[in-house]
Amino acid sequence: MTPDTVLRLYGITKRFGSLVANNAISLDLGRGEVLALLGENGAGKSTLVSILFGHYVADEGSIEVFGQPLPPGQPKAALGMGIGMVHQHFTLADNLSVLDNVMLGTEPLWWPSSRRAEARAKLVETGQRFGLGVDPDARIADLSVGERQRVEILKALVRGARILILDEPTAVLTPAEVESLFGTLRQLIAQGLSVIFISHKLDEVLRVSQRIAILRGGKLIAVLPAEGADKALLAETMVGRQVQMPTRRPRAPGATVCSLRDATVLSADGRKLLDGIDLELHAGEIVAIAGVAGNGQQALAELLFGQHALRSGRLQLQGQTMPARPRDWVCAGVARIPEDRHAVGVVGDLPVWENAMLERYAMPVFSRAGIVRRAAAQAHARQLIQRFDVRGTDAQGVQTPTRALSGGNMQKLILGRALVGDPGSDKPPTLIVADQPTWGLDIGAVAYVHQQLLDACARGAAMLLISEDLDEIFALADRIAVLHDGRLSAARPTAEWTLADIGMAMAGSGAEHAH
Amino acid sequence: MRIEKRAAPSRRMQLAAPLLAIAFTLLVSSLLVAWAGAPVGKAYALLLEGGFGSTFAWSETLTRATPLILTGLSAAVAFRARLFNIGAEGQLYAGALAAVAVGGLHGGQGFALHPALLFPAMMAAAALAGALLLLGPALLKSRLGVDEVVTTLLLNFIVLLFVSMMLDGPMKDPGAMGWPQSVVLQDALQLDKLIERTRVHTGLLWAVGLAVALWALMKYGTLGFEIRAVGANARAAAFAGMPVGWVTVKVALLSGALAGLAGAIEVAGRTSYVTLDMSPGYGYSGIVIAMLAALNPLGVVAAAIFVAGILVGADSMSRAVNVPTYIADVIVSVSLLSMLVATMAAQYRIVFGRRAAHAG
Repeated sequence: MTPDTVLRLYGITKRFGSLVANNAISLDLGRGEVLALLGENGAGKSTLVSILFGHYVADEGSIEVFGQPLPPGQPKAALGMGIGMVHQHFTLADNLSVLDNVMLGTEPLWWPSSRRAEARAKLVETGQRFGLGVDPDARIADLSVGERQRVEILKALVRGARILILDEPTAVLTPAEVESLFGTLRQLIAQGLSVIFISHKLDEVLRVSQRIAILRGGKLIAVLPAEGADKALLAETMVGRQVQMPTRRPRAPGATVCSLRDATVLSADGRKLLDGIDLELHAGEIVAIAGVAGNGQQALAELLFGQHALRSGRLQLQGQTMPARPRDWVCAGVARIPEDRHAVGVVGDLPVWENAMLERYAMPVFSRAGIVRRAAAQAHARQLIQRFDVRGTDAQGVQTPTRALSGGNMQKLILGRALVGDPGSDKPPTLIVADQPTWGLDIGAVAYVHQQLLDACARGAAMLLISEDLDEIFALADRIAVLHDGRLSAARPTAEWTLADIGMAMAGSGAEHAH
Repeated sequence: MRIEKRAAPSRRMQLAAPLLAIAFTLLVSSLLVAWAGAPVGKAYALLLEGGFGSTFAWSETLTRATPLILTGLSAAVAFRARLFNIGAEGQLYAGALAAVAVGGLHGGQGFALHPALLFPAMMAAAALAGALLLLGPALLKSRLGVDEVVTTLLLNFIVLLFVSMMLDGPMKDPGAMGWPQSVVLQDALQLDKLIERTRVHTGLLWAVGLAVALWALMKYGTLGFEIRAVGANARAAAFAGMPVGWVTVKVALLSGALAGLAGAIEVAGRTSYVTLDMSPGYGYSGIVIAMLAALNPLGVVAAAIFVAGILVGADSMSRAVNVPTYIADVIVSVSLLSMLVATMAAQYRIVFGRRAAHAG
């Protein structure tokens, strides 16, 4: 072990039943180094860092931190030896101040008084040293996502972390916040800290890290220096084969399919979720909505899923005003792909065939006189499975519990259900509303979903794509609009947007609401 | 050694779990029997004999099982849709009272309608009374998010006090020598006995028939599909366009009606009038039975007969060896708890060492 090696993994193996999540992974991390862990979903990245942080115990292998063996399965020991972790989903108490959150868990509960002054001094000092300024008295609830992430990093640093693990840190950030995070990382390594950076975004990995460790199927496939690597090489190594990402062909938009005029939607407690937005969707055209999560995307999606009613303004589908009843929207040929496939897209406990007819069970094709036409419904499900390449149903066929499908296959089922529409009719959907259709999918599945969506649009469907993934937006959209705080910018042709423009609009400055 | 979740529950464990649960129940209960100073083996033998040992024992068990099947179905269908109806007891009394109101001998004679018309009217009134009683809590739940456990539970007390008022007031039987009991049902409306000189009545056939009908509805009907989907994931059901609130209302009407019918059938088949102690907690036992049956309507029939047999058997055992009849409640409760634990535990397995995990 060289003196500069701060962390060393020897032959880490972890099995869950018959699944080998980590297969004899050996890896080391140098002082002042950013090491990227790159891999698709299920490649074993999260398992590996969970073992490192003591959430899981490895079946085989050992870990050395600064030359000392790390006791397995003890997050406290990992913390004590200088390993800090920033989870993708923050672990902060919203109703407490920054200082409270940083102190939380550092003091024994039975201690009569807490040493706030000391902790505050340490927090401020650490913040200054690493250029992570945050007001110690601010309530977490009042902070932006980027600031919350800074608090998470500070929390680790105040506890003396020398090795920082960041799990998909950029997934929730705006482009500007990503820049700021990368600046922080540079400061950290300049001061001799080491960082493990988990991501599946190739650009970021190339920019921020010195070395890139690529996992696939639980195995460490390669460790490459970032210098000299390129996206194509990384993608191929990560997936194990070449992936051709489908691209959009420009075409002339057709007639208006759906239009929103001055549309306002209120939440149950009276807040404006959508604030007077205007939008037109044309046949054969893809309009993408960019924006940071929580700026009204859900309300917009639910509006066009037929779940939400307008408070004021006008919403028309093919010239008709539509009631807020999902069934009517399904009947009108709207293909709906919700953001959360597990919680909203399917009923996991029910078999695949029942989920395949879930949107249309009341129609005569699938039921008559209150009795489900099981044969027709099951035949329909078999067709979807075949046409949309839904895997994982070999053993039980259409009776497979939908919960047992992987995320990608579940999404293919939802996609098929939405795009095929009425069994027997060959009409494309009139409108596709896709909310984060490729969230959490691996590259192969992403390419498949994109291809299906593009094909449907080529056959004349209009499409609204809501996504936080700018790569996806630029790859698919004909026009892009940005949603910020319930307001929608004008939808301009993709070629007119630069990444910087979009970043500004996502953060709420710049191109404001062009009426 | 550690505990892992099974990818798929094994067939063998699913069969073994209930048997282990029953064995555990008997073990726990035998401690109490021994504590009461009775010989354990003899007590169990007497219990089994009293519940299932003879034609008479079976007739008593099936008589007791009849209302339990219906309240069990009531709970099973509601719980499947995640409508936690704890109010079957009140709905049962409401049904019983409605049955007597339509079919009773008021002032010496009742409605002078042909029994072929009056009988369905009586049953419909009972079902309606139970259904309407659950409609309020269901609407409050689907519209305002009011917890139905609280509302249905508290309604039980209101209904019981109301029944008490009616039995001491307008519906009191003048010929009952001051006892608070309702007027008697017309003879023509009373259910026939299934076996001569026993108390089993044709209500059992009604109950079993309804169980089969409910099973078919859950499996083949669109309403059954809606109930299962709403219960398993209401958000996904709403997204897909199911009228979740309307489904909740339909389930409430169905569940309440079944509990109401339990009351009417109990009056028409066994008691012939309403008293305040006509149900020793059939409504609450229905919940236990539904859980024991894993909410399966056909399973409810088996679970109801099991519970009824324990209750009847414990009565006769306590007379013979002087163990309090409360032992029956203990057995039923412990069996429910151990059944729940056993079915959950069947989804896990204990892994020894490292090699075992690899084999799985």
